Amino acid sequence: MRLLRPAIGVTVLLWILLGLAYPLVMTGISNLVMPYQSQGSPVYQNGVLVGATHVGQNFKPNPNYFWGRPSATLSVSTGKSKPYNALNSAPSNVGPTNSVLLAHIKSRIAYLLKTTPGLQVGQIPIDLVESSGSGLDPDISVQAAMIQIPRVALHTHLSQTFLKDLVQQNTLGKDWGVFGRARVNVLELNLALYKALHG
Amino acid sequence: MSLSTVVTWVVVICVFLLTIKPLGNYMAKVFTFQRTLLDKPFGWMENGIFRAIGVSRDSTMTAKQYAFAFVGTNLLWALLAYLLLRLQNILPFNPQHFSAINPLLAFNTSASFTTNTNWQAYSGENTMSYFSQFGVLSYLQFVTPAAGGAVGIAVVRALSGRKLGNFFVDLTLVSTRLLLPLAVIVTLILVGQGVPETLGSYLQIHTLAGQTQVVPRGPIASWEAIEHLGQNGGGYTNANSANPLENPSALSNVVETLTMGLLPVAFFYFFGAMTGRRKLAWTLISVAGSIFLIMLALAYFPEVAGNPIVNSLGLATHGNMVGKEVRFGMGGTSIFETATMAFTTGSVASAHDSFLPLSSLSFFIGMFLNMVFGGKGVGFLNMIMFVIITIFLMGLMVGRTPEFLGKKIETKEVTLASIAFLLHPLLILVGTAIAVHTPAGMQGVFNPGPHGLSEIIYGFTSAAANNGSAFGGLGAALPFYEVALGVVVVIGRYASIMAMLLLAQSLLHKKTVPETSGTMHTDTPLFGGILFGAIIVLNALTFFPIMALGPIAEQYLMMAHRLF
Repeated sequence: MRLLRPAIGVTVLLWILLGLAYPLVMTGISNLVMPYQSQGSPVYQNGVLVGATHVGQNFKPNPNYFWGRPSATLSVSTGKSKPYNALNSAPSNVGPTNSVLLAHIKSRIAYLLKTTPGLQVGQIPIDLVESSGSGLDPDISVQAAMIQIPRVALHTHLSQTFLKDLVQQNTLGKDWGVFGRARVNVLELNLALYKALHG
Repeated sequence: MSLSTVVTWVVVICVFLLTIKPLGNYMAKVFTFQRTLLDKPFGWMENGIFRAIGVSRDSTMTAKQYAFAFVGTNLLWALLAYLLLRLQNILPFNPQHFSAINPLLAFNTSASFTTNTNWQAYSGENTMSYFSQFGVLSYLQFVTPAAGGAVGIAVVRALSGRKLGNFFVDLTLVSTRLLLPLAVIVTLILVGQGVPETLGSYLQIHTLAGQTQVVPRGPIASWEAIEHLGQNGGGYTNANSANPLENPSALSNVVETLTMGLLPVAFFYFFGAMTGRRKLAWTLISVAGSIFLIMLALAYFPEVAGNPIVNSLGLATHGNMVGKEVRFGMGGTSIFETATMAFTTGSVASAHDSFLPLSSLSFFIGMFLNMVFGGKGVGFLNMIMFVIITIFLMGLMVGRTPEFLGKKIETKEVTLASIAFLLHPLLILVGTAIAVHTPAGMQGVFNPGPHGLSEIIYGFTSAAANNGSAFGGLGAALPFYEVALGVVVVIGRYASIMAMLLLAQSLLHKKTVPETSGTMHTDTPLFGGILFGAIIVLNALTFFPIMALGPIAEQYLMMAHRLF
């Protein structure tokens, strides 16, 4: 029982330092120094909160917008499919020899071919037909954005050249020029598209 | 290999190489109570704690007392965590009004977080209040790796001929001198990259497409920092570091990867600095490092080549992107996953269940060996266990009593090392066998075919290795797995740590034998090679059969385009 006092004492005192002071002080400092990031990088448009920069949104099946990657997230209450549900981030967990994987990929390819004029299977990059790790991936590859241009042009009546420029303007380079890969943040691209359409 | 991959890998490995020595020497100074720069900011706090609990900085315990203090304190934490989770609904900082955690989940969660496993049978963002996240779980992610590290430090003291030290002093010093200062820096870097750090409630978003989206927030960055520094791996959200809220960029991905490895890698050098055997430390670092590189290659190349069944569809690009995020790139994803399995962190930046079978072998190797640096302190203990067994095997071959660090290795040491070694496969193989033979166990399987078996093996291996990552398809929230894995994490954590503490004490009390021309040297490349071989052979003999039924069978079937 000689151990009881130090055990309880160290638990309580370290809790005050590490369980309370550390998170609360870090929260305070972060909000002072980096208020935008610490609040979750919120994006406003005309005073309305329309997104968090780093969290992807579901634009499918609206043909006026660029679409993000397939998302396997589920509704918390019903357990049914609810893409880009940030309250229940999750991958599909489907294994490489699961027939469900192939069925999903094939149906996504078929849907893209149906909705996009002139699209060939050989143009579709794999990230657009395989679901992401969080179900909230905000990005797609540059090519995944490019192949959607004919569809978006058809429905928004914007020219393909204009949309191509828009994609290029919204292409993010690698971090510090080396880490990761070039990509397009779908929310940012669609916000730019929205501004082009609605002024 | 793309240039980005090469640069990412080289940067990570170079940072480890450059920090090994200064960090290892710094640790040696801290744990022999020499002056360091951090005496000023933290010394007064530590003195206050020591005075309040009535222990002095340079006091010492016996191995039994140390082990008792370790287990007793852990038990206290588990009980407190259990209670606080059960009372979540009436505790503060609960803006989403989450209800109390049910008893089974509270047991599983407190057991897994207290043992530094951080297996999660829940999704944090829709289950845990801010208080439960930072006041209970994030706190455990500080003190439980500190406790594991403390045991490692005590063993290294014993191996260097010093007294074991006091558990409560070591626990405090690991927290204040290693974890806290680094956590503060890492938190700020991560916030800069876009990880939220706030007490504000979840964001209610009206999306462009006219839907509503609720985006979780909370003190995520401070959680993320200690999650990785302590090789904890419990995700703030269900998707863990694949979630852009926890890991928003390729840069944050590299930072988190580095954060996991700094302390475990330096711990090996700490041992060298304490015992004055730096060459031996570098030999052990080379052995663990070469296995790390093998794991890295294994986790990368098959994924880049992609799934042959999907490739036959004729898409424009090929790398396996199921369960992966675009921003990290293949190189970033593979080094994160290798690090999380080598350092037994268990956080994930992609879905392990969706990796190709051959790449998943990399994850299994990390958890089977559990000494590819491992968690700080604990991984090192496993390495010493393999060293003892290897020395014993070498002694058998040449027919003389083996020695390590100038001490004779005899029946007692070999018995304790063997217990620690055999416990791991025992928990994994018996656990898997029970799961496969009971309807309750089979009910949790998600993917059909050999992959389903891999899911069960992965679950028990992750629990036994205190890793905490999962083949996420497995129904971890089923009562069978909540209880079975909860029990396995407890045995896996404490039994082997105790065996190693007793082993260290028994070595400490032995007379040093003078070195002769017949002494086997342990700090040579020759010994490194034999150690490497022994580790591979011992583990292959133990685990190859079950791997042949799981990932290896699946790999061949996948190459034959067989679906289930």
